[in-house]
Amino acid sequence: MLRDITLGQYYPADSVIHRLDPRVKLTATLLFIVSMFLFHTFVGYAIAGICLAAVIVVSKVPFRFMMKGLKTIWFLLIFTMVFNIFLTGGTVIFEWKFIKITEEGLSNAAFMGFRLFFLIIGSSLMTLTTTPNQLTSGMETGLRWMKKIHVPVHEIAMMMSIALRFIPILMEETDRIMKAQQARGADFEEGKLKDRIKALVPVFVPLFVSAFRRANELAMAMEARCYRGDDGRTSMKPLKYKRRDGISYLLLAAYIALIIVTDKVVLALL
Amino acid sequence: MLYLDKVNYIYQKGTAMEMPALHDVTLEIGDGEFIGIIGHTGSGKSTLIQHLNGLVRPTGGNIYYNGRDIWDEDFSRKELRTKVGLVFQYPEYQLFETTVEKDVEFGPSNMKLPKLEIQMRAFEALKTVGIGEDLYDVSPFDLSGGQKRRVAIAGVLAMKPEVIVLDEPTAGLDPCGRDEILEAIDRIRKERKITVVLVSHSMEDVARYVDRLIVMDHGSVRFNGPTHEVFQNYAELEKIGLAAPQVTYLTAALINRGIPLPGIATTVEEAREMLRAVTGVK
Repeated sequence: MLRDITLGQYYPADSVIHRLDPRVKLTATLLFIVSMFLFHTFVGYAIAGICLAAVIVVSKVPFRFMMKGLKTIWFLLIFTMVFNIFLTGGTVIFEWKFIKITEEGLSNAAFMGFRLFFLIIGSSLMTLTTTPNQLTSGMETGLRWMKKIHVPVHEIAMMMSIALRFIPILMEETDRIMKAQQARGADFEEGKLKDRIKALVPVFVPLFVSAFRRANELAMAMEARCYRGDDGRTSMKPLKYKRRDGISYLLLAAYIALIIVTDKVVLALL
Repeated sequence: MLYLDKVNYIYQKGTAMEMPALHDVTLEIGDGEFIGIIGHTGSGKSTLIQHLNGLVRPTGGNIYYNGRDIWDEDFSRKELRTKVGLVFQYPEYQLFETTVEKDVEFGPSNMKLPKLEIQMRAFEALKTVGIGEDLYDVSPFDLSGGQKRRVAIAGVLAMKPEVIVLDEPTAGLDPCGRDEILEAIDRIRKERKITVVLVSHSMEDVARYVDRLIVMDHGSVRFNGPTHEVFQNYAELEKIGLAAPQVTYLTAALINRGIPLPGIATTVEEAREMLRAVTGVK
């Protein structure tokens, strides 16, 4: 039930993508997202699609597993597409009473649909191949320069990794408390909306209490191990760029260049 | 009363992360029995007991309560849960109300009983677990660990279940608190003639209170029989990460040294009787 959410989940496998430096993957994801807004024709999608498919194959994450993450946003996707189809003005190709479908509407809907789809697949590819710990340490090292302008990079990264670490724990806890209250006759499935919201009180109160208790215990445990921020703190596995990371950066630059150039060429040809 | 027929359970069935938890568990739980369940961590004890009141749906097999399949469409599992009371591990983490009394009343008020009956049941349950009237209006979060545990158990008792299932009710308590809780459970069982299922890691506790012992190992029932008989297999129990009570080893060692005891003992009292009979000392 609660465990079915794949967005932000790690899929363990042994692949080059998994072994890449998290900084490379973060940059790549960011640039991939930006690249989605750099082209104006479907040729751009073809290039992005082929590149993305290639990376997925190399990553050894089953495509079906990825699609599961999409389940949660199907609604958003369809919503966007429907709005685009019906609310874009232009050359009318179909008309019935108040419903008007235009050529521009259809192409806009397809464009937006593809864009959302690619954005989600692209970013879930990163979370599927990178553990939360790698991700935060990648962010911390990659954004270290921001410390010079007094951004508490380490603190933010630490908070993120703790938050991520606690998601599965709190989900399990919710599951357990719900079961315990069900054993005392609580009903979460039936009744009016008001009753259902009220039924959640016996779940949330113990959940908050235990979240605070866990936070206290963690703070105590960190202090017992002499945690005092990042001053003089070293890492057991410091991030170091390898050859494959350099090659990845080159490929990434090539991808962006290809997208921009083909877009210019195609637009000129049209 | 409760009958489990070849119950199987697999976590996250149909995904890459399938985890078998129960395998062909067939069990019968009779009226008025005091049953113990032991097994190493991850042997499926907790999963098993969540099947008893329909919190978890088996991926294979059937569960019957008084002859009726509890997963039949017209069977009310909500009602079943008032008949089969389940006390989770660390039940104090489920307390949520503003006062002790209100928290204990949560169960019976979900049963839509008259107000007076709800209050009567709460008082009775709190009395059974030894919580004094001076604590009824205190916030449950201000109680000590042992008191919280007893209030949480009272919350299930107040529903007056016919079967009460307890998942390690003594975990993390001091010896005194443990004895108090176990004594209370034994007393309720005798007074109300209810069935008790006790999951425990303490072989001593199990040997002392339980009539029948079920040993779980990797999701299957390994032994199922009278407590005394099951502990005869202490060598096998050790192989699956369990043990017998200390006194069992002591009596076994005495027999090995040639002292003619009639057999191994599982409780200190039993061993004392045996030794008295053999030595003639009163």
